[in-house]
Amino acid sequence: MGTFFQLLIAGIETGSFYALVALAIVLIYQSTGLKNLAQGEMAMFSAYIAWQLWSWGLGIWLAAIVAIFLSFLIGMGVQRIIIRPVQGAPLLTIVIVTLGLFLGFNSLAGFIWGYLVKGFPGLFPGSAWQITSSVRISAAAAGGFAVLLVLAGLLFVMFRLTKIGLAMRAVAYNVETSKLVGVKVNQVLMLGWGLAAALGAAGGIIAAPKLFLDPFMMFGVLIYAIAAAAFGGFDSPLGAVIAGLTIGVLENMAGFYIGFIGTDLKIIVPLILILVTLIFRPQGLLGHKIVVRV
Amino acid sequence: MSFLEVKNLEAGYGPVQVLRGLDFAVEEGEVAVILGANGAGKTTTLRALTGMISTKGSVLFDGEELVGKDTDAIVRRRIAHVPQGRGTVSQFSVEDNLQLGAYIRKDKAAIAADKEKMFVMFPRLLERRKQAAGSLSGGEQQMLAIARALMLSPRLLLLDEPSLGLAPLIVRDLFNTLGEINREFGTTMVVVEQNANLAFKIAQKAFVLETGSIVAGGDAKTVESDDSVRKAYLGY
Repeated sequence: MGTFFQLLIAGIETGSFYALVALAIVLIYQSTGLKNLAQGEMAMFSAYIAWQLWSWGLGIWLAAIVAIFLSFLIGMGVQRIIIRPVQGAPLLTIVIVTLGLFLGFNSLAGFIWGYLVKGFPGLFPGSAWQITSSVRISAAAAGGFAVLLVLAGLLFVMFRLTKIGLAMRAVAYNVETSKLVGVKVNQVLMLGWGLAAALGAAGGIIAAPKLFLDPFMMFGVLIYAIAAAAFGGFDSPLGAVIAGLTIGVLENMAGFYIGFIGTDLKIIVPLILILVTLIFRPQGLLGHKIVVRV
Repeated sequence: MSFLEVKNLEAGYGPVQVLRGLDFAVEEGEVAVILGANGAGKTTTLRALTGMISTKGSVLFDGEELVGKDTDAIVRRRIAHVPQGRGTVSQFSVEDNLQLGAYIRKDKAAIAADKEKMFVMFPRLLERRKQAAGSLSGGEQQMLAIARALMLSPRLLLLDEPSLGLAPLIVRDLFNTLGEINREFGTTMVVVEQNANLAFKIAQKAFVLETGSIVAGGDAKTVESDDSVRKAYLGY
């Protein structure tokens, strides 16, 4: 039983950053109807910014907060400079553009910081709480989970209870109607990208101490995050959080309990989940099937 | 000067020019109806007024030039547009749609009061308050679209074929409601319609549009009784 709980906690720890990146993907999808493949690389780049600020002597928390803010600006800039010119282009064109962003951020990080793995300081102390003789909860696991809950909560409040959240949801569903009620659509789209980049940054910064910082750090996470977004429903922030955590836990459990999976084949867990979701519930766990009466 | 003064309005889609120099004027508090066959440019006229397509010429609204302004800036001057195909967010609840309609307004208390007013005016919407707009019947969706537009507390209301796809009884109710709105709030309206009979009942002005220009227009009674116009464009 002790092993089970230990795996559960480890799963929640990794699940927390899958969920954060998944939330970022869902946020962009919700406000712009687009699945941003570069979300993981943008998060990796943000983690590098935090690392850079930290190595210049800032405290890690301050470095993290400044990096998240800079990521917000970068996200808005990317939308303004790269995405806006292709808005309204066929979906495939935009997917290719996000793929270009993916490669761009990856290469830029390599160009600036090199490809050697860098140690990243933890945001939380290295201590752990001993719950029973065989179950320990590390401060990093608890802290990452807490960050996820706080950011997801803020996002929920923003989407459901604020005017700008209403506008973001409206733009995602119907640009023309949004314009006709006076929403400045371009500004809303920029804000969506900025917020997503900031969320992704939080995910990257929390993941970095565990995964070690290098330009390929988020490759795996992106796959898990996309799986989480698909499983939870691309239009459901709550779904992304639940699915991200579920995938983290499932992956850890499968690696331990299913002999042939081990640590090498863990990656098939999210892929199977994507497949099963697409076959049995294409809108995702909590996503909305679009019902239109004609 | 008129409340809404359109001069030499030209607009189109890419190389296809649809409006070829429109002129018309509407006074404050009036209901104007724009009639015309399919493809005459009725929808395009409304889209040009709210800056949804690139436009040349002049649209003076209460003395202010609208041509060249972005849609959101035009809407901020309290011009509400109910496009063909409803113009609501079908995934949103009825209530969220109304809230969205008041997006540019800051007066929270008045917004809440207006929302209640909409529920009085359209009781069906109250019953379906939490329901997704896309699941309403066609008539209810049209009512929601109009209510959404009224939430802007518009000075000018543009309606694109509100009768489209609705049963005759519902259409009659709808036009009665529009007439009431006009009398009660003094909202100026420009209504694009193919259903000439009903439109004339609430309109003070009428314009007949043919292939992108106004071929007859003025006082609604005059246009209605002008035999040549009636036969040529209204078909009865």
